[in-house]
Amino acid sequence: MPWTRDDMAARAAKELKDGYYVNLGIGIPTLVANHVPEGIEVTLQSENGMLGIGPFPMDGDEDADLINAGKQTISELASSSYFSSSDSFAMIRGGHIDLTVLGAMEIAENGDIANWMIPGKMIKGMGGAMDLVAGVKKIIVVMEHTSKNGDPKFIPECTLPLTGKNVVDMIITDMCVFQRPDHDSPFKLIELAPGVTAEDVAAKTTAHYIA
Amino acid sequence: MQKIYPDAASALEGLLFDGMHICAGGFGLCGIPERLIDAIRDAGTKDLTIASNNAGIDGEGLGKLLRTRQVKKMISSYVGENKEFERQYLAGELEVEFCPQGTLAERCRAGGAGIPGFYTKTGVGTQVAEGKEHKDFDGQTYILERGIYADLCIIKGWKADKSGNLIFRKTARNFNQPMATAGKICIAEVEEIVETGSLDPDCIHLPGIYVKRLICGAPYDKKIEFKTVREKVAA
Repeated sequence: MPWTRDDMAARAAKELKDGYYVNLGIGIPTLVANHVPEGIEVTLQSENGMLGIGPFPMDGDEDADLINAGKQTISELASSSYFSSSDSFAMIRGGHIDLTVLGAMEIAENGDIANWMIPGKMIKGMGGAMDLVAGVKKIIVVMEHTSKNGDPKFIPECTLPLTGKNVVDMIITDMCVFQRPDHDSPFKLIELAPGVTAEDVAAKTTAHYIA
Repeated sequence: MQKIYPDAASALEGLLFDGMHICAGGFGLCGIPERLIDAIRDAGTKDLTIASNNAGIDGEGLGKLLRTRQVKKMISSYVGENKEFERQYLAGELEVEFCPQGTLAERCRAGGAGIPGFYTKTGVGTQVAEGKEHKDFDGQTYILERGIYADLCIIKGWKADKSGNLIFRKTARNFNQPMATAGKICIAEVEEIVETGSLDPDCIHLPGIYVKRLICGAPYDKKIEFKTVREKVAA
């Protein structure tokens, strides 16, 4: 059984360490907040200017002045703080954020990531993704192993416009986990979802990696 | 020096001209200067270049100026959830400079601080870096990004005193603070104007030097893009 979206988020949450400041992207990465291991305290950063993101508010308590980077209503914690977008990205660019979890459309075997644009189709923009991959200490990508058409997404070279070059540290898909110790090393297959074999992974991956 | 104006139209008097550059604060629909946007729409100023993180959504925020075709170019990081924007962009009627969010914030901060350019790692090896100066520092490659300095900055705050000292509320601060500094003149709209001396000087987010003109835009009917709540759990 391949991993579900929640399983993937839970696997990413295992990478959290006590005291980490973390930025979570939109989609599956947001679910990581529901799986923070017991005894571990992490502070979530929102790039629109907040540290200490609380849970979604109770119905009726929502506040238009209190949203996350996905423009969803959120709540504050006793430990929360607010700041400007320039301070927020000074934090990100300056290497003060320990970990970010992002989605992706393509990852290359050298750690390149493409997740912001499909020429001629999707023209939404990169938001804060380029800043995050350039500045955060550890970059984890959580994504489906293949596209909706069944095409591999972990590939030799990205075909889509890049978000960042040689920046990804770990890839968690519905089938497995790839990791590398530094940006000069190749990725290594380190974990398989229950019932998934190394051969299954190889059949759906065109990137070179250490099996 | 009287900074307070009765409404957005009077605050904009003498400042608008076709082809001008504007910095507009806000993130999504959070903390957008909606009274000033409405007044610019009513004034009909054309060929605007607007630096703003987003371009509003259809019929809201800067989406209003797109609908009336007053915008020539947007400098933004994210423009999703806006069909009219997409239509004009794909039809070649609207120019867009995609700028990473943190780079956009810093370009405004830098521009307002008298810094014409700065080096950043953000965007190295991507389309964003094309045509820009590259320089290595301590073994890492950076690109040169230019500061932004507009003809006019429009921002939204929570409260200001009559001297223009201003505070924001929660995540509505976002781009409003750097953008207030990034131009020749800044107009702020706020929900409440209070007596000078009634805000704690230690807690001012934007000192009055940046706020040249001020209006109270209340009452506001603040829009939420994605209302997300959790269910009350029965005790």
